[in-house]
Amino acid sequence: MNTPIKQHLIDPEICIRCYTCEMTCPIEAITHDDMNVVVDADKCNFCMDCIPVCPTGSIDEWRVVNTPYSLEEQFGWSELPPQEDLGEAESGMEAIDEAMAALLAEAHAGAGGKAVAPKSAAKPAINLYTLGKPAVAKVQGNYRLTKDPDHDVRHIILDLGGQPFPMLEGQSVGVILPGEDENGNPHLPRLYSVSSPRDGERANYNNISLTVKREPGGLCSNFICDLEQGAELQLTGPFGATFLLPDDAEARLLMICTGTGSAPMRAFTMRRQRAVGGKSGGMLMFFGARNPESLPYFGPLKKVPENLLRQELVYSRVDGQAKEYVQDRMLAREDAVAEMLTDPATHIYICGLKGMEEGVEHALTNIAESIGQPWATLRDVMRSEGRYHVETY
Amino acid sequence: MLDVINVSYDTQIPNNVGLSSDKKVLKALEKWHPGYIDWWNKLIPQNFQESLVYLRTAVSVDPKGWAKFDYVKMPEYRWGVLLAPQVEDRRIPCGEHAGEPAWQEVPGEYRNMLKRLIVIQGDTEPASVEQQRLLALMAPSLYDMRNLFQVNVEEGRHLWAMVYLLHKYFGRDGREEADDLLRRQSGSEEAPRMLGAFNEETPDWLSFFMFTYFTDRDGKMQLESLAQSGFDPLSRTCRFMLTEEAHHMFVGETGVGRTIQRTCEVMKENGIEDPCDTDRIRALGVIDLPLIQKKLNLHYTLSLDLFGQEVSTNAANAFNAGIKGRYQEIRLTDDHKLTGDTYTVWDIVDGKVVQKEVPALTAINMRLRDDYTRDAAGGVGRWNKIIEKAGIDFELKLPHEAFHRKIGVFADKLIDPEGRFITGAEYDEGMKEWLPSHADGDYIQSLMKPVYEPGKYASWIAPPKVGIDNKPGDFEYVKLHMA
Repeated sequence: MNTPIKQHLIDPEICIRCYTCEMTCPIEAITHDDMNVVVDADKCNFCMDCIPVCPTGSIDEWRVVNTPYSLEEQFGWSELPPQEDLGEAESGMEAIDEAMAALLAEAHAGAGGKAVAPKSAAKPAINLYTLGKPAVAKVQGNYRLTKDPDHDVRHIILDLGGQPFPMLEGQSVGVILPGEDENGNPHLPRLYSVSSPRDGERANYNNISLTVKREPGGLCSNFICDLEQGAELQLTGPFGATFLLPDDAEARLLMICTGTGSAPMRAFTMRRQRAVGGKSGGMLMFFGARNPESLPYFGPLKKVPENLLRQELVYSRVDGQAKEYVQDRMLAREDAVAEMLTDPATHIYICGLKGMEEGVEHALTNIAESIGQPWATLRDVMRSEGRYHVETY
Repeated sequence: MLDVINVSYDTQIPNNVGLSSDKKVLKALEKWHPGYIDWWNKLIPQNFQESLVYLRTAVSVDPKGWAKFDYVKMPEYRWGVLLAPQVEDRRIPCGEHAGEPAWQEVPGEYRNMLKRLIVIQGDTEPASVEQQRLLALMAPSLYDMRNLFQVNVEEGRHLWAMVYLLHKYFGRDGREEADDLLRRQSGSEEAPRMLGAFNEETPDWLSFFMFTYFTDRDGKMQLESLAQSGFDPLSRTCRFMLTEEAHHMFVGETGVGRTIQRTCEVMKENGIEDPCDTDRIRALGVIDLPLIQKKLNLHYTLSLDLFGQEVSTNAANAFNAGIKGRYQEIRLTDDHKLTGDTYTVWDIVDGKVVQKEVPALTAINMRLRDDYTRDAAGGVGRWNKIIEKAGIDFELKLPHEAFHRKIGVFADKLIDPEGRFITGAEYDEGMKEWLPSHADGDYIQSLMKPVYEPGKYASWIAPPKVGIDNKPGDFEYVKLHMA
């Protein structure tokens, strides 16, 4: 059976035949006849250069297909064919890859219903690279983020070279572990949320960063944490179409995370820092770790200005201090959280270990009740409006 | 090193031409700048100047960077000077100098010809903003208002582009011409804009859509021919302008298309089969298809006049000099000199409209006009698809080029939309069917009620299928300042 692939198409009902895309495409993958402007599936490498230059939005159409539509078929269209039923494949999906989609569905389950992207989020690209056709990244850097000897968290910078790999903040990549599992099958890719913003770890360099904790006995995490500069690894993705940053600078973010769950929050923060600076609606972050020595990005966080990001760093294992978890600090800052819950500009993001869900849910329930809002109802409204996002593992 | 891709903000004027190290031109532009801002501020009603508009601004001229969307107050829009990247070893594409390296400085013998072309192009840019200055007061939606303002700020930027060329390459008389671009005013008695079509007010939104579809398409074709210029700075300027011009084409085509769509929907909902049942259709608050055909006839024929005379020595000279090419000159496969070639144009012989062969060099205008007509016909075909899909028996058509002309061999002749000579009586009678009457204008005007609620649209126009920058249907494209 063919693996489904993602095909780039142009909507003939919306396209005005200005041919700007055709003139922009660096590899001449776009062509036209007297009827339609079309994309050659054999040539298109998803570089996305044509997307922003299109005045109509007709260029941003994608179908998951077993067999790509030929140029001749596309020339004959007066409208786009509907998405074929390939099982789960449909628009707004998080991944085409079934296994990846299942992983993300599980990670997002804590939101209590079908996740929806924020209204003003940019449109994500997904599944450009697959197990059959992975991207190859080169390790540009591998830095230890934590001083705690029992807690090795790494900042990994990956260079994508000339391969187009458009990632939005909050999206994930799949890392392919070399070798085979005990049954002789290739390992399933492991999902990691990127911690860099869309224009790259370094702006306008085609690189991304990951935040990876070395797990005792963890095959993939040890593989990644041991990678040396210059080493290569294979990636699939991007994945994820809902846990995304609103582009609206006025949106207010309430971010709750622990450990490496800080990866998307770092990406959000850097994006805001680069794109809107201090003029944004503001971000409040509750970030939990065992102690300052095991909190990833502890140093860099200190340099982020308060008007961009208000930080509540919370520690559970500091000698001589009572254990404190993120939910405890949220309750202690009840008024600030409550005020945000009442504001329709507020977007909530929760990311970390599954174990954090219950406590955070409990704190939010309490705070919502205190202002007369049943949390389950408020949460469902926020989620359906793309303002409540959970990713836990 | 000069960064020619990313826009530099180290001067008051964003640019990718290294203005900060070009003190003389920078100074001249900075002197011109306040007059421009003054012009802009007096033009568009104050509450719109104060409003936040979701606009696209170029932050670089490569594909990734030239469509950055954000809310901005129009007077604070970053107008700037942006040229497409220089093509290495570019050659003059046509005329007697074909094949020689493209000029990076103004060729002395063609200085005046070049300057005149730049001034004429430059004059149309602010003119259209002047013509459209009051439209926001009757915008059919915030989405449409945003599109209008996007067109307006980009016309403003195109003026900047031409002014830069005048300042940079034409010395003192260039600066005087740049000042005059702000002195002339659309519709003014003393100092009108240079081309007739740019002195008419744009009275309503259907006219605006028709204008952006037909008149701006003439602008696009002129830019296409200037993008082929052997004078490289002009070519690079126009190439970047063309990417912005595509948005104007989009506003026109989808604006008319959505108007047609709405009319068809309302006819269907009310069981009206006959598209000419205008009384019933108008009673429902939509624009009947015959009236859309009349508007099309009017705007198309006005735009044809912008291409000038059928046989023109000016156009021949500009082509021969390598100052102005044909549409897609570099993709054409002839010798690019046209010395022995002929081209077919329309003429009147013995009281009949006929086609005849003339030297191709003198028919450069007509060739561009034919390319224009082909381009314009494509969209008309797509409008007809909307009508066909709704199951209504009506077809929009471009009228014959001889109909309703003011310039060229057909000027003021009694010719019908099929291209036939007719009597004065037939002409007077026919005009009621062919061009919009005052009563038609009154009817359209009666529909022009502003709709300022996000996601809502006036009765006579359908919502767009896709939002700008992929925004959802109820996105607030303009945050109106209500003083």
